[in-house]
Order: sequence, then structure tokens, then C-alpha cells
Amino acid sequence: MPDRSFAPSRILIYLAVFLIAAAWLAPLVVVVLNSLRSNEEIAQGSMIGWPQHVAWRNYAAAWSGFCVAETCAGIRPYMLNSALVTIPATILSTLLGAIAGYAVSLWRFRGDNWIYGIVTLGLFLPQQMRLLPWTIVLRDVGLINTLTGLVLIHTIQGLSFTTLFCRNYYVAIPPELIRAARIDGAGFFRIFWRIILPLSGPILIVTVIWQFTHIWNEFLYGVTFTTGQQQPVTAALIALSAAVADIPQHGVQSAAVIIAALPTLLIYLLAGKYFVRGLTAGAVK
Amino acid sequence: MSNAAAMRPGRPALPEWVRRLPEYLMIWVPLLLSAAHLVSFSLWTIWISFTPSTLVPVTGWVGFRNYTAVAASRNWQIAFDNLLLFGSAFVLLSAATGLILAILLDQRIRGENVLRSIFLYPLAVSFVVTGTVWSWLLNPGLGIQKLVHDLGWTSFKFDWLIDRDMAIWTIVVAAIWQSSGFAMALFLAGLRSVDSDIIKAAQIDGAGPVRTYRRIILPSLWPITITVVVIQLQFAISTFDLVRALTNGGPGIATQLPALVVYDLMFQRSLLGRGAAAAVLMLLILLAVLLPYAAWRYIQRRRAAHA
Repeated sequence: MPDRSFAPSRILIYLAVFLIAAAWLAPLVVVVLNSLRSNEEIAQGSMIGWPQHVAWRNYAAAWSGFCVAETCAGIRPYMLNSALVTIPATILSTLLGAIAGYAVSLWRFRGDNWIYGIVTLGLFLPQQMRLLPWTIVLRDVGLINTLTGLVLIHTIQGLSFTTLFCRNYYVAIPPELIRAARIDGAGFFRIFWRIILPLSGPILIVTVIWQFTHIWNEFLYGVTFTTGQQQPVTAALIALSAAVADIPQHGVQSAAVIIAALPTLLIYLLAGKYFVRGLTAGAVK
Repeated sequence: MSNAAAMRPGRPALPEWVRRLPEYLMIWVPLLLSAAHLVSFSLWTIWISFTPSTLVPVTGWVGFRNYTAVAASRNWQIAFDNLLLFGSAFVLLSAATGLILAILLDQRIRGENVLRSIFLYPLAVSFVVTGTVWSWLLNPGLGIQKLVHDLGWTSFKFDWLIDRDMAIWTIVVAAIWQSSGFAMALFLAGLRSVDSDIIKAAQIDGAGPVRTYRRIILPSLWPITITVVVIQLQFAISTFDLVRALTNGGPGIATQLPALVVYDLMFQRSLLGRGAAAAVLMLLILLAVLLPYAAWRYIQRRRAAHA
């Protein structure tokens, strides 16, 4: 058994782990420090350095001041867009996925295995195969370049993940429980509401975190189906880099990057356990 | 079963299927929407790849002409070569990094939880953020090279980002930083599930830690290794955001990848037929990875069932 004493080999192990950890933290530290340095200060030295005069105004500028394309409202409208897409799509896809997962695992109906199999293919199908059809569908129903359109896409596509997560969780529930409830006259929704949902706490947290992180961080659909003022924050960050390419404002850009990454980072810090569970659950499909 | 409910007094005598309509709708509408969009969208994209569509989808048949045009283009060839290099380098290095991290963390060290969180946090941020940050760090006039120059070592050179031959490695570096933690999490779970009795037995037999790892622990990890490799390959094949933010395919087209070629053909050059063909090629590359994996999983399961 490895012991807790400080033999030379133990010291080497700690040294290695802490060096790698430092390397993993370095990009975050650099950006946080830069977000507190003025653009001039960064321009004189490098991106890597300690702030001499703490420039909190970078955050104010990033949040509501600087210009992307022709509008100068900072990152705020795009953060709002991301929230308005991510929150409804997360709730809808999780709820529908929970019901679908419950139906295919415990209710059983003709063709359930087939349809479940096809739905989970969505985990593997490249987004590129769906870009053109989505463009046409969104245009036909008048949702191109709208947040509602993105909610629709993320809800339908998210179903592949949410159904899989919930189904894999619900198959462990003894079917006798459902059978007994049905004999007592409880229907599909009643059983879901009274028996399944109260048991679903952990899997719903995992699913919500997974969906939220993925939709918030998604870029390809955002940049393909929306432009200008309708874009989510990931697309806006790219637009920002392009907009300031001639006169870089690295301090403000760093602050914008931090703000954009904050929601998912906070969720990770607060609920890391569930986040990791989602990662590994997604892996063991 | 449902007769009991139907016979209860006071209930309106609706036909069974009408009463159950809400649940049928709730079960079938989302599942059918999901399944139908996956199947029809794929078939539609495959069909478009055989048509002469450019700005708008048109009917017609051009056989494999879009495919040959894409395959013959320099853009695609560079993208494909890059994918081979990026895919293999990234997958091997991130799996190796993940394994090393997992083994280090498995040594009962203090602060394991904090350290694990540090290696995993990049997975919570978007590739756009990762790409942007690494584009600053690796920018020779701004990042690491500039810092070292400012510190006095002026002949130091670290300019992969603007070097046509090395630029693809910047994507490898950023991708490893982003997703080694994922490999670590899976490997760590694997290490922890090795039967401790076997390890104890080996130690009683006089096997040192290195020998125990090499002979007993690591061989039991290979199914996890395959899973890690397949998932990371899947990610490598569809890499888009990271490159957009880090190099945007440059310098020139040196860091082009298939997903960027698809986007370029579809939405920047409006060559829908060719874009669709490139997307189908991406799907085929993916299938070349996933089908053997699925077959392997199937065999494993059957073996487990028979054992």
C-alpha cells in the first residue's frame, strides 16, 4: 500500500502533480489577471503579467460598453440571448427526455426499442449532417435568426442525450412498482408524477447540468442560424475578436471571456460531482 | 388493469384511445420528432450531395461529382491530412496525459478532490473560450514568447501559431488541455475498480508498485482506453469551434479541418452540393471509427453474457 510518509518517491509524485496542476490553472490565472490590466499596460508588455493598476473598468466595458459590429452594448445582450436559449431548451429537453426515458424503460410499447435506438443515434451523428436541413426548416417556419429557433433545435437535439440519461437511470427501477401502481388504476402521468419524478432527483440534476453546459457552450448552431443582435455569447466572442482585430483591447476581451465562461464555471464549482457523473454517463453509452 | 379505472362510477365513458391520447402524444411526439429529424435530415443531406445544388437546393443527379470535387480540392486534402495528424496526436497524448494524471491521483495524495477539479474544469468552458485564451498565450508577440523575451532571453522562439508547419500543434495543445481531464476521470474510475485483493496478492508475492501497475492494473484498463480513444476521436473529427477561435484555419489554410471545410462550402461559398458531400465524408470518417467500436462492444457483451 502506498503510504503517507514523505519518501523521495512521494515528493516526486507531489511535485509532478502540482506542476501539472499549475500548468492547467495557468490559462485561467492569465485571463483573470489580464481582465484586471488596462489595454495599454498589456500592449507594453505581454499577456502574461501582474496588474499594476487594477482596472475594474474592463468589466464594466465588457459587460455594457464596447462595440461588436455596429452596436455598442457590450456582452450583456449576448449573455441574455444565451440565457434565453439555454434555460428554456434545458428545461424542455430534460422534461421531455425524462418522460421519453420513462416511457421506453418502464411503460414499454410497440416499437419502443426501435425508436429509442434511432433517437440515440443522434449522439453520434455529426452536426454538419443537419445544418442545411435545419436552415431550411427554420426558414420555412419563420424562425431563422431567432432565439426561439435555437431553443427548438437544442430541445429536439438534446432529446438524444436526455432520453438516454433518463432511460439508463429508470431501467434500474423495479417494474413491479409500476405494475402495482397500474393495478391500482394509476395512469401514465400519475405514475410519472407520483412515483418516477420523486425518484429522479440525481438524474435530473445530472441531465440539467449536462444540457445547460452544452447549450451554453454551443457555437456552430449559434453562428450558423443567427446573426448580429440575435447571436449567443459564444458567437459574439468570435465576432468581438474579429471586430477589435486592428486595435486589440485585450483587457476588455479578457473580461468578456471571463463573463462568458462564468455561468458554466460556477455550475461546475457548485455541482462538480454531478457534472463529472454526466461526463462519465455520456461515455458509457 | 385500465378496466378498473374505466368502471369507476362518475367517469365519462370516453373511448380508451381518447382517454389515453395525452399520454400517447407525450410519448410519441418528442420521440418521433427526434427520430424523424435524424433520419430525414441525414437522408436529405445525402441526397443533396448527389445534386448540382449551389446557392439553393435543386433536384438533379450528378453522381459522385461533388465528392470527387471535394476530394480533389486542396482545402479538403489539407483538412484530411490535418485530421489524421491532429486526431492521432491529440488522442494519444490526451489519453496518455489522462492516464498519467489518474495514476498520480491514485497514489492516495492529499488534496485529491481539489486537484481533480483543477484537471476537469476546462471541460466546463466552451471551446470558443479555450481557443481564444490559447490564441493569446501562443501568440508570439503577445504570449509566452513575448514574456520570455521581456525577461531577457531574446533568442527564445515559440511561434507555432504563425508557423504553417507547426500551427496544427497549437490545436493539439489546446485540445489536450481541454479534455485530458475527461480521460483522467474515466481512467481513475477504472483504477479504483480494480479488485484490491488481486493487488494485495501481488504485493504479498513481492511485486513492487511499478510491476503491479504494469502487470496487473494497466492491462485491466484497456477496455476503458478504447472507450476514451473512441470518444476523443469522435470529438477530433467534429472539431470546429476550437479551431475557429484559435487559428481560424490559418495561417493560410494550414490548420483547416473537415468541419471548417463543410462550413466554408455550405455557408461562405454557397456550394450546397459540395458542402453536403463534405459532410457525408465526415460521417463516413466517423463511421470508420464507430462501426468497429460498436462491433467490439457487441462481441464483449456477448462474451460477458456467455461467461
